[in-house]
Amino acid sequence: MELKTLTFIVVGLSFALYIGIAIWARAGTTKEFYVAGGNVHPIINGMATGADWMSAASFISMAGLIAFLGYGGSVYLMGWTGGYVLLAVLLAPYLRKFGKFTVPQFIGDRYYSQTARIVAVICLIFISFTYVAGQMRGVGIVFSRFLEVDITTGLIIGMGLVFFYAVLGGMKGITYTQVAQYIVLIFAYTIPAVFISLQIAGNPLPQLGLGGHTGDVYFLDKLNQTVTDLGFAAYTSGNKSMIDVFCITLALMAGTAGLPHVIVRFFTVPTVHDARLSAGWALVFIAILYTTAPAVGAMARYNLHATVNTAVAAGGDVFAPESSIQGETRPEWMKRWEKTGLIKWEDKNGDGRIQYYNEKSKDPAFLAKAEAAGWKGNELGSDKKGKFDGTVDRDIMVLANPEIAGLPNWVIALIAAGGIAAALSTAAGLLLVISSSISHDLLKGVFAKDISEKGELMAGRVAAAVAVCVAGYLGYNPPGFVAQVVAFAFGLACASLFPTIVMGIFSKTMNRGGAIAGMLTGLIFTMTYIVYFKRDVLLGMDKVPDSQWLFGISPEGIGVIGMILNFVMAYIVMKMTPACPEHIQHLVEGIRYPRGAAAAQAQH
Amino acid sequence: MPNPQGFDPKAYWSATLKLLVTTLIIWFIVSFGAGILFRDALDGIHLGGYPLGFWFAQQGSIFVFVGLIFWYAKRMDKIDREHDVHED
Repeated sequence: MELKTLTFIVVGLSFALYIGIAIWARAGTTKEFYVAGGNVHPIINGMATGADWMSAASFISMAGLIAFLGYGGSVYLMGWTGGYVLLAVLLAPYLRKFGKFTVPQFIGDRYYSQTARIVAVICLIFISFTYVAGQMRGVGIVFSRFLEVDITTGLIIGMGLVFFYAVLGGMKGITYTQVAQYIVLIFAYTIPAVFISLQIAGNPLPQLGLGGHTGDVYFLDKLNQTVTDLGFAAYTSGNKSMIDVFCITLALMAGTAGLPHVIVRFFTVPTVHDARLSAGWALVFIAILYTTAPAVGAMARYNLHATVNTAVAAGGDVFAPESSIQGETRPEWMKRWEKTGLIKWEDKNGDGRIQYYNEKSKDPAFLAKAEAAGWKGNELGSDKKGKFDGTVDRDIMVLANPEIAGLPNWVIALIAAGGIAAALSTAAGLLLVISSSISHDLLKGVFAKDISEKGELMAGRVAAAVAVCVAGYLGYNPPGFVAQVVAFAFGLACASLFPTIVMGIFSKTMNRGGAIAGMLTGLIFTMTYIVYFKRDVLLGMDKVPDSQWLFGISPEGIGVIGMILNFVMAYIVMKMTPACPEHIQHLVEGIRYPRGAAAAQAQH
Repeated sequence: MPNPQGFDPKAYWSATLKLLVTTLIIWFIVSFGAGILFRDALDGIHLGGYPLGFWFAQQGSIFVFVGLIFWYAKRMDKIDREHDVHED
């Protein structure tokens, strides 16, 4: 069957499944709308958390990032999984015991302050919208690349679907569709990986294949040899400074733990015991993808080099003219993906062959050999607005992976369905926290306290509907820097919400003034730093050289400094302002032990 | 809500914090320690085709995280029972 038809069928079937689940899991009460009734089984919740957490970026971009960064890609692997340990021991059980519906509500109640609650809502909305715009864009891209409809149509279909189950079903609808989406995305991710690992290392488990043999040498040694032969840095060594790797990893971990759409998932389980277990299950389901990704990345990188330079797999001289493949006979997948601009061949030396190497190598011996071979610059890259750009788009490493490895069409169709599932499930989770922070925190909590349950449910639905439209608009007309500002979401969560919640649980004396001052300090510092060093992409100004980074920490890792400032400022202001009242100290005492968690939510 | 009868919040909390610190030390060692700070030294050792530091950074730390959470959850259950504040 033709690939496009097959893709339509697979994606269509997955949509039918989501719609069916959404109709079955309609929400009737605010408790169902906000926390899925509070009785989701920890394993089910773990699976939903996995889908909620793994976004279009995890599914489509991460393996490609790792492929080109090698060891440097570890920051994402550790950073986006280690956060669950923090969640399990620092946040989830205690917030579950507290037993309310939203993150700003905890902050508002714990710090006995509407101002704190509103500041938390601002942090939450900023974090979540940054994130959701990228998801909607991801949906549009998958549609346009696999189904050849234009991005707008793809976006509208995606919006319609999310609208349907998020507005109708709230958290309940989202939870059960996320379970289905997890299953779709994990199959889509692992099946090609298993095939490729079998091809390259003869081992069906990619986690073992990456450390296994190809021919009579270890695969990683072979890959290191290949990339260094072509002038790139060795795969298993890094090129970022240690302090930067350290800070980025920590910022991603603490940011993960502070992301509102992840935290609220732990409000949906019945007990504190379940909240702890559920964090473990979530990480099990996430780890299946995250431990596969390094193999996908490394093997895709190898396959790409082996495709364009025959000496890589067969051995021999990579500089020999006949080693580089002829442009005319380049594989079909390359021609197909050239239409999307993700990959582009430009014959710089006019020999009709493709030379793919690191023209910016710092090794003079390598450059001399390249020149002697008649290579006049790297010829494989991507298309950036009609111009040749010397880097192959990282997304192609997952999207075209099955084609590069010559896998059957149904596997390719599955990748499309998986990419859409990953984007939709994350978008839905984000839209829900946005809408509940508006209907529950701003309306019910501050501006319209006497709103009825029915009115609040309606407000939640309207807010979700508006949020879907805003997200769709941002996806259609991205502010040009969506991909660049993911650092924002994690940095801000790491510097604002995470420390404030942790202090709320682990300090009985932290007071209103300290919390607000800390949150604002973390937020403003981190935001200013990121905007300053990314002003070339954000504001179109001249780039500030990276050499000016504070302590050599990149904008991706600066959230860690923001977090430290948050703690320090909170402590100083706490000492200068009136002490935390007695009844709040009792409240903190009460959330520290599990008994009575079910009752806490029932009283709500 | 009043505390459960005969419950010693101080003892419970110090047991909890002790477990928490242990957990976070392990969390730190496998990721920041083995995967970042001491990676170069560990890379001299091989685990199959993996340099050990690289393995911790891209595989090992994640496996340990998973095990660590379940271990923590189990130990917390035990502490909850000992202090009689577990859920029914």
